[in-house]
Amino acid sequence: MSEPLAAAPKAELCELVAVVYAGDYVNKLSGQRIERECLTRMERGCRALVINFRDTELVNSIGVSILLGVIDEAERRGARVAFTNVSLHTLKLFELLGLTRLVLLADSDESALATLEEFSAQPNGH
Amino acid sequence: MSDSTRMVLHAFAALADLGEEIAETSDFEEMVRSALHVVLGAMGIRRGAVAEFDRERGALHFVAARGYDDARALDLSPKSQPTANGNGGHAAQDFARVERELREKLSGVEVVTPLVVRGELVGVILLGGKASGEQFTQEEKELARALGRHVAVGMHNHRLLREVERRAEENRNLYESLKGSYKDTVRAFAAAIDCKDKYTQGHSERVGKYSEIIAREMGWKDDEVEAIAIGGYLHDVGKLVVDRDIINAPYRIDAKQSSELNRHPAAGYEILRPITHPFADIPLMARYHHERPDGRGYPEGLTEEQIPPGARIVSLADSFDAMTTDRPYRRRRTFEEVVADFRRNAGRQFSTNVVLALCRALLKEARGETRPRHMIRMLGKDYVEEQTLPALVQLIADLESGSAATV
Ligand SMILES: [Fe+2]
Repeated sequence: MSEPLAAAPKAELCELVAVVYAGDYVNKLSGQRIERECLTRMERGCRALVINFRDTELVNSIGVSILLGVIDEAERRGARVAFTNVSLHTLKLFELLGLTRLVLLADSDESALATLEEFSAQPNGH
Repeated sequence: MSDSTRMVLHAFAALADLGEEIAETSDFEEMVRSALHVVLGAMGIRRGAVAEFDRERGALHFVAARGYDDARALDLSPKSQPTANGNGGHAAQDFARVERELREKLSGVEVVTPLVVRGELVGVILLGGKASGEQFTQEEKELARALGRHVAVGMHNHRLLREVERRAEENRNLYESLKGSYKDTVRAFAAAIDCKDKYTQGHSERVGKYSEIIAREMGWKDDEVEAIAIGGYLHDVGKLVVDRDIINAPYRIDAKQSSELNRHPAAGYEILRPITHPFADIPLMARYHHERPDGRGYPEGLTEEQIPPGARIVSLADSFDAMTTDRPYRRRRTFEEVVADFRRNAGRQFSTNVVLALCRALLKEARGETRPRHMIRMLGKDYVEEQTLPALVQLIADLESGSAATV
Protein backbone atom coordinates (compact mmCIF):
# COMPACT_ATOMS: atom_id res chain seq x y z
CA MET A 1 0.00 0.00 0.00
CA SER A 2 1.43 3.33 -0.95
CA GLU A 3 0.21 6.72 0.15
CA PRO A 4 -0.12 9.44 -2.44
CA LEU A 5 3.18 11.25 -2.47
CA ALA A 6 2.02 14.50 -1.02
CA ALA A 7 3.41 16.44 1.85
CA ALA A 8 1.71 15.92 5.19
CA PRO A 9 -0.50 18.78 6.33
CA LYS A 10 2.11 19.71 8.88
CA ALA A 11 4.62 20.20 6.09
CA GLU A 12 2.22 22.37 4.15
CA LEU A 13 2.21 24.76 7.07
CA CYS A 14 5.92 25.19 6.94
CA GLU A 15 7.28 25.65 3.42
CA LEU A 16 10.82 25.05 4.58
CA VAL A 17 10.14 21.44 5.52
CA ALA A 18 8.42 18.69 3.51
CA VAL A 19 7.43 15.08 4.20
CA VAL A 20 7.52 12.68 1.27
CA TYR A 21 6.18 9.15 1.60
CA ALA A 22 8.10 6.32 -0.01
CA GLY A 23 5.84 3.51 -1.26
CA ASP A 24 5.96 -0.16 -0.37
CA TYR A 25 8.62 -0.96 -2.94
CA VAL A 26 11.23 1.65 -3.78
CA ASN A 27 12.36 0.84 -7.31
CA LYS A 28 12.96 2.85 -10.46
CA LEU A 29 9.37 4.00 -10.92
CA SER A 30 8.55 4.90 -7.33
CA GLY A 31 12.12 6.14 -6.79
CA GLN A 32 11.69 8.61 -9.62
CA ARG A 33 8.42 9.79 -8.06
CA ILE A 34 10.18 10.41 -4.76
CA GLU A 35 12.98 12.19 -6.60
CA ARG A 36 10.57 14.43 -8.52
CA GLU A 37 8.67 15.30 -5.37
CA CYS A 38 11.86 16.14 -3.48
CA LEU A 39 13.24 18.25 -6.33
CA THR A 40 9.99 20.18 -6.64
CA ARG A 41 9.98 20.86 -2.91
CA MET A 42 13.58 22.04 -2.95
CA GLU A 43 12.93 24.25 -5.95
CA ARG A 44 10.13 25.91 -3.96
CA GLY A 45 12.65 26.69 -1.24
CA CYS A 46 12.30 23.69 1.02
CA ARG A 47 15.47 23.27 3.07
CA ALA A 48 14.64 20.06 4.88
CA LEU A 49 13.17 16.85 3.47
CA VAL A 50 11.66 14.02 5.47
CA ILE A 51 11.31 10.77 3.57
CA ASN A 52 8.94 8.48 5.40
CA PHE A 53 9.48 4.75 4.83
CA ARG A 54 6.60 3.48 6.97
CA ASP A 55 5.12 1.40 4.09
CA THR A 56 8.45 0.35 2.62
CA GLU A 57 9.20 -3.36 2.54
CA LEU A 58 11.89 -3.38 -0.10
CA VAL A 59 14.39 -0.98 -1.69
CA ASN A 60 16.14 -2.26 -4.77
CA SER A 61 19.48 -1.15 -6.22
CA ILE A 62 17.97 1.54 -8.44
CA GLY A 63 15.95 2.81 -5.49
CA VAL A 64 19.14 3.09 -3.40
CA SER A 65 20.88 4.96 -6.20
CA ILE A 66 18.01 7.40 -6.64
CA LEU A 67 17.94 8.08 -2.90
CA LEU A 68 21.69 8.76 -3.00
CA GLY A 69 21.04 11.17 -5.86
CA VAL A 70 18.38 12.98 -3.81
CA ILE A 71 20.79 13.25 -0.88
CA ASP A 72 23.51 14.67 -3.17
CA GLU A 73 21.12 17.17 -4.68
CA ALA A 74 19.97 18.26 -1.24
CA GLU A 75 23.59 18.69 -0.20
CA ARG A 76 24.27 20.83 -3.25
CA ARG A 77 21.33 23.07 -2.40
CA GLY A 78 22.19 23.29 1.29
CA ALA A 79 19.15 21.24 2.31
CA ARG A 80 19.04 18.32 4.74
CA VAL A 81 17.40 14.93 4.48
CA ALA A 82 15.85 12.78 7.18
CA PHE A 83 14.63 9.19 6.89
CA THR A 84 11.80 8.17 9.21
CA ASN A 85 9.99 4.92 10.07
CA VAL A 86 12.64 2.80 8.38
CA SER A 87 12.06 -0.94 8.93
CA LEU A 88 14.86 -2.94 10.48
CA HIS A 89 15.61 -4.81 7.29
CA THR A 90 15.85 -1.62 5.22
CA LEU A 91 17.79 0.12 7.97
CA LYS A 92 20.44 -2.62 7.93
CA LEU A 93 20.74 -2.28 4.16
CA PHE A 94 21.06 1.52 4.39
CA GLU A 95 23.73 1.11 7.04
CA LEU A 96 25.75 -1.36 5.00
CA LEU A 97 25.55 0.89 1.94
CA GLY A 98 26.49 4.00 3.90
CA LEU A 99 23.25 5.95 3.44
CA THR A 100 22.68 6.30 7.18
CA ARG A 101 25.88 8.37 7.44
CA LEU A 102 24.39 10.99 5.14
CA VAL A 103 20.89 11.47 6.60
CA LEU A 104 19.22 12.15 9.88
CA LEU A 105 17.36 9.09 11.17
CA ALA A 106 14.23 9.43 13.26
CA ASP A 107 11.42 7.23 14.51
CA SER A 108 8.70 9.67 13.60
CA ASP A 109 8.10 12.62 11.33
CA GLU A 110 7.50 14.78 14.40
CA SER A 111 10.91 14.22 15.93
CA ALA A 112 12.59 14.57 12.49
CA LEU A 113 10.67 17.78 11.85
CA ALA A 114 11.63 19.18 15.20
CA THR A 115 15.33 18.65 14.50
CA LEU A 116 15.11 19.77 10.91
CA GLU A 117 13.08 22.88 11.68
CA GLU A 118 15.82 23.96 13.99
CA PHE A 119 18.27 23.32 11.22
CA SER A 120 16.29 25.07 8.51
CA ALA A 121 15.76 28.09 10.74
CA GLN A 122 19.49 28.65 10.80
CA PRO A 123 20.52 31.24 8.23
CA ASN A 124 23.03 29.09 6.39
CA GLY A 125 22.28 25.47 6.86
CA HIS A 126 25.12 23.67 8.60
CA MET B 1 20.86 -12.52 8.71
CA SER B 2 24.53 -11.62 8.65
CA ASP B 3 25.75 -8.45 6.96
CA SER B 4 27.58 -10.39 4.28
CA THR B 5 24.47 -12.46 3.46
CA ARG B 6 22.47 -9.27 3.27
CA MET B 7 24.99 -7.75 0.85
CA VAL B 8 25.14 -10.88 -1.30
CA LEU B 9 21.34 -10.92 -1.56
CA HIS B 10 21.31 -7.23 -2.47
CA ALA B 11 23.98 -7.88 -5.13
CA PHE B 12 22.01 -10.80 -6.60
CA ALA B 13 18.90 -8.66 -6.71
CA ALA B 14 20.93 -5.95 -8.43
CA LEU B 15 21.99 -8.42 -11.14
CA ALA B 16 18.34 -9.31 -11.67
CA ASP B 17 17.39 -5.60 -11.76
CA LEU B 18 20.09 -5.01 -14.35
CA GLY B 19 18.88 -7.86 -16.56
CA GLU B 20 15.37 -6.49 -16.41
CA GLU B 21 16.44 -2.94 -17.26
CA ILE B 22 18.58 -4.08 -20.20
CA ALA B 23 15.84 -6.29 -21.59
CA GLU B 24 12.94 -3.92 -21.11
CA THR B 25 14.31 -0.46 -21.84
CA SER B 26 14.19 0.32 -25.51
CA ASP B 27 15.87 3.72 -25.34
CA PHE B 28 19.66 3.31 -25.33
CA GLU B 29 20.56 6.21 -23.07
CA GLU B 30 17.75 5.42 -20.66
CA MET B 31 19.00 1.84 -20.49
CA VAL B 32 22.56 3.00 -19.69
CA ARG B 33 21.27 5.46 -17.06
CA SER B 34 19.35 2.64 -15.39
CA ALA B 35 22.37 0.35 -15.57
CA LEU B 36 24.46 3.01 -13.87
CA HIS B 37 21.80 3.32 -11.16
CA VAL B 38 21.98 -0.42 -10.55
CA VAL B 39 25.77 -0.38 -10.22
CA LEU B 40 25.74 2.63 -7.89
CA GLY B 41 22.84 1.27 -5.83
CA ALA B 42 24.35 -2.21 -5.57
CA MET B 43 27.33 -0.84 -3.65
CA GLY B 44 26.14 2.50 -2.30
CA ILE B 45 28.35 4.63 -4.54
CA ARG B 46 27.83 8.39 -4.87
CA ARG B 47 29.69 9.10 -8.11
CA GLY B 48 29.84 7.08 -11.27
CA ALA B 49 29.71 7.17 -15.04
CA VAL B 50 29.29 4.88 -18.01
CA ALA B 51 31.29 5.90 -21.07
CA GLU B 52 31.64 4.27 -24.45
CA PHE B 53 34.32 4.72 -27.04
CA ASP B 54 33.63 6.91 -29.98
CA ARG B 55 36.22 5.41 -32.28
CA GLU B 56 35.76 8.01 -34.97
CA ARG B 57 36.62 10.86 -32.62
CA GLY B 58 39.11 8.91 -30.53
CA ALA B 59 37.20 9.93 -27.43
CA LEU B 60 35.31 8.49 -24.52
CA HIS B 61 31.70 9.56 -24.72
CA PHE B 62 29.88 9.72 -21.38
CA VAL B 63 26.46 8.18 -21.89
CA ALA B 64 25.40 8.49 -18.25
CA ALA B 65 27.14 10.15 -15.33
CA ARG B 66 26.52 11.23 -11.79
CA GLY B 67 28.98 13.38 -9.92
CA TYR B 68 31.21 13.73 -12.98
CA ASP B 69 29.09 16.56 -14.25
CA ASP B 70 31.80 18.25 -16.28
CA ALA B 71 32.53 15.01 -18.12
CA ARG B 72 30.70 14.93 -21.46
CA ALA B 73 33.43 13.59 -23.71
CA LEU B 74 37.04 12.95 -22.95
CA ASP B 75 39.57 12.94 -25.77
CA LEU B 76 42.03 10.12 -25.44
CA SER B 77 45.67 10.50 -26.39
CA PRO B 78 46.53 8.39 -29.45
CA LYS B 79 48.50 5.94 -27.34
CA SER B 80 45.41 5.15 -25.27
CA GLN B 81 43.04 4.53 -28.16
CA PRO B 82 41.68 1.02 -28.13
CA THR B 83 42.76 -1.13 -31.03
CA ALA B 84 39.82 -2.41 -33.03
CA ASN B 85 40.77 -5.53 -34.88
CA GLY B 86 37.36 -7.13 -34.83
CA ASN B 87 38.78 -10.31 -33.33
CA GLY B 88 39.43 -8.94 -29.90
CA GLY B 89 42.37 -10.10 -27.86
CA HIS B 90 43.69 -6.63 -27.04
CA ALA B 91 41.11 -5.69 -24.45
CA ALA B 92 43.39 -6.15 -21.44
CA GLN B 93 46.22 -3.99 -22.84
CA ASP B 94 43.77 -1.42 -24.17
CA PHE B 95 42.07 -1.22 -20.82
CA ALA B 96 45.32 -0.74 -18.89
CA ARG B 97 46.26 2.25 -21.06
CA VAL B 98 42.79 3.81 -20.87
CA GLU B 99 42.56 3.32 -17.13
CA ARG B 100 45.92 5.03 -16.60
CA GLU B 101 44.88 8.03 -18.67
CA LEU B 102 41.47 8.29 -16.99
CA ARG B 103 43.01 8.33 -13.54
CA GLU B 104 45.39 11.06 -14.69
CA LYS B 105 42.66 13.23 -16.20
CA LEU B 106 39.72 12.77 -13.84
CA SER B 107 39.86 13.22 -10.10
CA GLY B 108 37.88 11.08 -7.69
CA VAL B 109 38.01 7.89 -9.73
CA GLU B 110 38.41 4.89 -7.43
CA VAL B 111 37.46 1.96 -9.63
CA VAL B 112 37.49 1.66 -13.40
CA THR B 113 35.66 -1.33 -14.85
CA PRO B 114 36.14 -2.35 -18.46
CA LEU B 115 33.20 -2.91 -20.79
CA VAL B 116 34.27 -5.71 -23.09
CA VAL B 117 32.35 -7.37 -25.91
CA ARG B 118 33.89 -10.33 -27.71
CA GLY B 119 37.33 -9.44 -26.44
CA GLU B 120 37.05 -5.85 -27.57
CA LEU B 121 37.04 -2.90 -25.20
CA VAL B 122 33.90 -0.86 -25.98
CA GLY B 123 33.76 1.43 -22.95
CA VAL B 124 34.29 1.76 -19.21
CA ILE B 125 32.40 2.26 -15.98
CA LEU B 126 33.96 4.79 -13.61
CA LEU B 127 33.17 4.57 -9.93
CA GLY B 128 33.89 7.22 -7.32
CA GLY B 129 33.49 7.35 -3.56
CA LYS B 130 31.24 5.08 -1.58
CA ALA B 131 28.62 6.61 0.66
CA SER B 132 30.17 4.74 3.58
CA GLY B 133 33.48 6.50 2.93
CA GLU B 134 35.21 3.11 2.93
CA GLN B 135 37.55 1.70 0.31
CA PHE B 136 36.22 -0.72 -2.31
CA THR B 137 36.72 -4.32 -1.25
CA GLN B 138 38.01 -6.97 -3.62
CA GLU B 139 34.52 -8.50 -3.70
CA GLU B 140 33.00 -5.18 -4.70
CA LYS B 141 35.48 -4.79 -7.52
CA GLU B 142 34.52 -8.28 -8.69
CA LEU B 143 30.86 -7.37 -8.45
CA ALA B 144 31.50 -4.22 -10.51
CA ARG B 145 33.19 -6.37 -13.18
CA ALA B 146 30.32 -8.85 -13.21
CA LEU B 147 27.77 -6.06 -13.59
CA GLY B 148 30.04 -4.49 -16.21
CA ARG B 149 29.92 -7.63 -18.35
CA HIS B 150 26.13 -7.44 -18.44
CA VAL B 151 26.15 -3.73 -19.13
CA ALA B 152 28.62 -4.23 -22.02
CA VAL B 153 26.50 -6.92 -23.65
CA GLY B 154 23.38 -4.86 -23.10
CA MET B 155 24.95 -1.81 -24.72
CA HIS B 156 26.26 -3.88 -27.59
CA ASN B 157 22.88 -5.48 -28.23
CA HIS B 158 21.15 -2.14 -28.10
CA ARG B 159 23.61 -0.79 -30.65
CA LEU B 160 23.04 -3.80 -32.90
CA LEU B 161 19.30 -3.40 -32.62
CA ARG B 162 19.57 0.28 -33.42
CA GLU B 163 21.71 -0.55 -36.44
CA VAL B 164 19.15 -3.09 -37.64
CA GLU B 165 16.39 -0.53 -37.15
CA ARG B 166 18.39 2.09 -39.03
CA ARG B 167 18.85 -0.28 -41.95
CA ALA B 168 15.20 -1.26 -41.91
CA GLU B 169 14.34 2.45 -42.00
CA GLU B 170 16.77 2.92 -44.89
CA ASN B 171 15.12 0.06 -46.75
CA ARG B 172 11.72 1.52 -46.07
CA ASN B 173 12.86 4.87 -47.45
CA LEU B 174 14.41 3.19 -50.46
CA TYR B 175 11.20 1.29 -51.06
CA GLU B 176 9.16 4.48 -50.71
CA SER B 177 11.39 6.30 -53.16
CA LEU B 178 11.21 3.37 -55.61
CA LYS B 179 7.47 3.43 -55.25
CA GLY B 180 7.59 7.18 -55.83
CA SER B 181 9.52 6.80 -59.05
CA TYR B 182 7.21 3.97 -60.10
CA LYS B 183 4.27 6.31 -59.63
CA ASP B 184 6.00 9.08 -61.57
CA THR B 185 6.58 6.61 -64.39
CA VAL B 186 2.95 5.56 -64.27
CA ARG B 187 1.80 9.18 -64.46
CA ALA B 188 4.11 9.78 -67.41
CA PHE B 189 2.58 6.73 -69.07
CA ALA B 190 -0.91 7.99 -68.35
CA ALA B 191 -0.01 11.33 -69.91
CA ALA B 192 1.37 9.49 -72.95
CA ILE B 193 -1.86 7.50 -73.31
CA ASP B 194 -3.97 10.64 -73.07
CA CYS B 195 -1.73 12.45 -75.55
CA LYS B 196 -2.59 9.90 -78.16
CA ASP B 197 -6.25 10.74 -77.74
CA LYS B 198 -6.51 14.48 -78.20
CA TYR B 199 -10.15 14.60 -77.04
CA THR B 200 -9.66 12.92 -73.70
CA GLN B 201 -6.85 14.86 -72.12
CA GLY B 202 -6.44 14.06 -68.46
CA HIS B 203 -8.85 11.12 -68.78
CA SER B 204 -6.47 8.50 -67.30
CA GLU B 205 -5.48 10.73 -64.41
CA ARG B 206 -9.15 11.42 -63.62
CA VAL B 207 -10.07 7.73 -63.83
CA GLY B 208 -7.23 7.04 -61.38
CA LYS B 209 -8.55 9.67 -59.01
CA TYR B 210 -12.21 8.56 -59.27
CA SER B 211 -11.17 4.93 -58.71
CA GLU B 212 -9.21 5.95 -55.64
CA ILE B 213 -12.16 7.86 -54.19
CA ILE B 214 -14.60 5.00 -54.85
CA ALA B 215 -12.26 2.41 -53.32
CA ARG B 216 -11.75 4.56 -50.24
CA GLU B 217 -15.51 4.99 -49.90
CA MET B 218 -15.83 1.19 -50.10
CA GLY B 219 -13.45 0.86 -47.16
CA TRP B 220 -10.42 -0.44 -49.01
CA LYS B 221 -7.09 -0.35 -47.21
CA ASP B 222 -4.52 2.36 -47.99
CA ASP B 223 -2.23 0.18 -50.10
CA GLU B 224 -5.21 -1.19 -52.03
CA VAL B 225 -6.39 2.35 -52.69
CA GLU B 226 -2.93 3.25 -53.94
CA ALA B 227 -3.02 0.23 -56.22
CA ILE B 228 -6.37 1.08 -57.74
CA ALA B 229 -5.22 4.63 -58.48
CA ILE B 230 -2.39 3.10 -60.51
CA GLY B 231 -4.85 0.72 -62.17
CA GLY B 232 -6.94 3.74 -63.11
CA TYR B 233 -3.98 5.60 -64.56
CA LEU B 234 -3.00 2.60 -66.68
CA HIS B 235 -6.37 1.12 -67.66
CA ASP B 236 -6.16 2.37 -71.26
CA VAL B 237 -2.44 1.70 -71.79
CA GLY B 238 -3.45 -0.78 -74.52
CA LYS B 239 -4.62 2.18 -76.62
CA LEU B 240 -0.97 2.79 -77.37
CA VAL B 241 -1.18 -0.06 -79.91
CA VAL B 242 -4.46 1.09 -81.48
CA ASP B 243 -4.39 3.22 -84.62
CA ARG B 244 -4.41 6.89 -83.66
CA ASP B 245 -7.03 7.68 -86.36
CA ILE B 246 -9.53 5.31 -84.79
CA ILE B 247 -9.01 6.75 -81.33
CA ASN B 248 -9.31 10.28 -82.65
CA ALA B 249 -12.15 9.71 -85.11
CA PRO B 250 -14.42 12.79 -84.83
CA TYR B 251 -17.48 10.63 -85.46
CA ARG B 252 -18.89 7.35 -84.25
CA ILE B 253 -16.64 4.55 -85.46
CA ASP B 254 -17.82 1.59 -87.57
CA ALA B 255 -17.86 -2.05 -86.54
CA LYS B 256 -14.40 -2.84 -87.89
CA GLN B 257 -12.84 0.14 -86.24
CA SER B 258 -14.74 -0.74 -83.10
CA SER B 259 -13.27 -4.24 -82.95
CA GLU B 260 -9.82 -2.73 -83.46
CA LEU B 261 -10.46 -0.38 -80.55
CA ASN B 262 -11.78 -3.26 -78.46
CA ARG B 263 -8.36 -4.90 -78.58
CA HIS B 264 -7.04 -2.35 -76.11
CA PRO B 265 -7.93 -4.10 -72.82
CA ALA B 266 -6.15 -7.32 -73.79
CA ALA B 267 -3.26 -5.33 -75.28
CA GLY B 268 -3.00 -3.36 -72.04
CA TYR B 269 -2.85 -6.58 -70.07
CA GLU B 270 -0.03 -7.88 -72.26
CA ILE B 271 1.89 -4.62 -71.79
CA LEU B 272 1.48 -4.57 -68.01
CA ARG B 273 1.83 -8.28 -67.26
CA PRO B 274 5.63 -8.56 -67.54
CA ILE B 275 6.18 -5.57 -65.24
CA THR B 276 6.71 -6.19 -61.55
CA HIS B 277 4.24 -3.85 -59.86
CA PRO B 278 4.35 -3.04 -56.16
CA PHE B 279 0.65 -3.92 -56.13
CA ALA B 280 -1.19 -6.99 -57.39
CA ASP B 281 -3.96 -7.08 -59.99
CA ILE B 282 -2.99 -3.98 -61.97
CA PRO B 283 -2.78 -5.87 -65.29
CA LEU B 284 -6.23 -7.37 -64.55
CA MET B 285 -7.73 -3.93 -64.03
CA ALA B 286 -6.63 -3.01 -67.58
CA ARG B 287 -7.84 -6.30 -69.01
CA TYR B 288 -11.31 -6.28 -67.53
CA HIS B 289 -12.28 -2.61 -67.34
CA HIS B 290 -14.81 -3.05 -70.19
CA GLU B 291 -16.47 -6.11 -68.69
CA ARG B 292 -20.04 -5.74 -67.39
CA PRO B 293 -21.83 -7.53 -64.53
CA ASP B 294 -24.58 -8.61 -66.96
CA GLY B 295 -22.00 -10.45 -69.07
CA ARG B 296 -22.37 -8.18 -72.09
CA GLY B 297 -18.94 -6.59 -71.82
CA TYR B 298 -15.66 -7.46 -73.54
CA PRO B 299 -13.14 -8.99 -74.10
CA GLU B 300 -14.39 -12.12 -72.29
CA GLY B 301 -18.02 -11.41 -71.38
CA LEU B 302 -17.41 -12.21 -67.72
CA THR B 303 -20.24 -11.97 -65.19
CA GLU B 304 -20.30 -9.91 -61.99
CA GLU B 305 -18.50 -12.39 -59.68
CA GLN B 306 -15.91 -13.20 -62.32
CA ILE B 307 -14.81 -9.59 -62.73
CA PRO B 308 -12.06 -8.64 -60.27
CA PRO B 309 -13.27 -5.94 -57.81
CA GLY B 310 -10.59 -3.49 -58.98
CA ALA B 311 -11.74 -3.77 -62.60
CA ARG B 312 -15.37 -3.14 -61.57
CA ILE B 313 -14.32 0.11 -59.92
CA VAL B 314 -12.10 1.26 -62.79
CA SER B 315 -14.91 0.42 -65.22
CA LEU B 316 -17.36 2.77 -63.50
CA ALA B 317 -14.71 5.47 -63.04
CA ASP B 318 -13.91 5.22 -66.77
CA SER B 319 -17.57 5.49 -67.84
CA PHE B 320 -18.30 8.25 -65.35
CA ASP B 321 -15.48 10.35 -66.77
CA ALA B 322 -16.64 9.59 -70.32
CA MET B 323 -20.17 10.74 -69.46
CA THR B 324 -19.06 13.89 -67.71
CA THR B 325 -16.57 15.20 -70.29
CA ASP B 326 -17.22 16.57 -73.79
CA ARG B 327 -16.34 14.34 -76.73
CA PRO B 328 -15.94 15.43 -80.36
CA TYR B 329 -19.31 14.00 -81.37
CA ARG B 330 -21.33 14.96 -78.28
CA ARG B 331 -21.57 17.28 -75.32
CA ARG B 332 -21.18 15.87 -71.85
CA ARG B 333 -24.32 14.74 -70.06
CA THR B 334 -26.02 16.76 -67.40
CA PHE B 335 -25.73 15.45 -63.89
CA GLU B 336 -29.42 14.52 -63.93
CA GLU B 337 -28.78 12.35 -66.99
CA VAL B 338 -25.84 10.71 -65.27
CA VAL B 339 -27.99 9.86 -62.24
CA ALA B 340 -30.62 8.41 -64.59
CA ASP B 341 -27.93 6.36 -66.35
CA PHE B 342 -26.70 4.99 -63.03
CA ARG B 343 -30.26 4.07 -62.10
CA ARG B 344 -30.73 2.23 -65.40
CA ASN B 345 -27.38 0.49 -65.44
CA ALA B 346 -26.64 -0.38 -61.83
CA GLY B 347 -26.39 -4.16 -61.75
CA ARG B 348 -26.23 -4.29 -65.55
CA GLN B 349 -23.33 -2.26 -66.88
CA PHE B 350 -21.95 -1.38 -63.46
CA SER B 351 -21.70 -3.14 -60.11
CA THR B 352 -24.39 -1.77 -57.83
CA ASN B 353 -22.14 -1.45 -54.78
CA VAL B 354 -19.58 0.46 -56.84
CA VAL B 355 -22.25 2.88 -58.11
CA LEU B 356 -23.42 3.30 -54.53
CA ALA B 357 -19.92 4.14 -53.34
CA LEU B 358 -19.41 6.73 -56.07
CA CYS B 359 -22.80 8.32 -55.35
CA ARG B 360 -22.15 8.45 -51.62
CA ALA B 361 -18.70 9.99 -52.06
CA LEU B 362 -20.08 12.54 -54.50
CA LEU B 363 -22.98 13.45 -52.19
CA LYS B 364 -20.55 14.01 -49.31
CA GLU B 365 -18.44 16.30 -51.48
CA ALA B 366 -21.49 18.18 -52.79
CA ARG B 367 -22.65 18.78 -49.22
CA GLY B 368 -19.16 19.85 -48.20
CA GLU B 369 -18.82 16.96 -45.75
CA THR B 370 -15.48 15.85 -47.15
CA ARG B 371 -12.50 17.94 -48.18
CA PRO B 372 -10.68 18.39 -50.43
CA ARG B 373 -13.51 18.06 -52.95
CA HIS B 374 -11.59 16.22 -55.68
CA MET B 375 -14.63 15.09 -57.68
CA ILE B 376 -16.33 18.50 -57.63
CA ARG B 377 -13.04 20.05 -58.77
CA MET B 378 -12.71 17.56 -61.65
CA LEU B 379 -16.35 17.99 -62.66
CA GLY B 380 -16.35 21.78 -62.34
CA LYS B 381 -17.96 23.38 -59.31
CA ASP B 382 -21.28 24.18 -61.03
CA TYR B 383 -21.78 20.74 -62.52
CA VAL B 384 -23.58 19.13 -59.59
CA GLU B 385 -26.41 21.58 -59.00
CA GLU B 386 -28.19 21.90 -55.71
CA GLN B 387 -31.57 20.96 -57.22
CA THR B 388 -30.21 17.64 -58.54
CA LEU B 389 -29.13 16.43 -55.12
CA PRO B 390 -32.56 15.01 -54.14
CA ALA B 391 -32.37 12.72 -57.18
CA LEU B 392 -28.94 11.56 -56.04
CA VAL B 393 -30.19 10.99 -52.50
CA GLN B 394 -33.17 9.03 -53.86
CA LEU B 395 -30.90 6.91 -56.07
CA ILE B 396 -28.70 6.05 -53.08
CA ALA B 397 -31.76 5.05 -51.05
CA ASP B 398 -33.12 2.91 -53.90
CA LEU B 399 -29.77 1.22 -54.50
CA GLU B 400 -29.49 0.51 -50.79
CA SER B 401 -32.92 -1.05 -50.71
CA GLY B 402 -32.28 -2.95 -53.93
CA SER B 403 -35.22 -1.34 -55.76
CA ALA B 404 -33.32 0.92 -58.17
CA ALA B 405 -33.37 -1.31 -61.24
CA THR B 406 -37.12 -1.77 -61.12
CA VAL B 407 -38.00 1.90 -60.69
FE1 LIG C 1 -10.86 1.71 -72.10
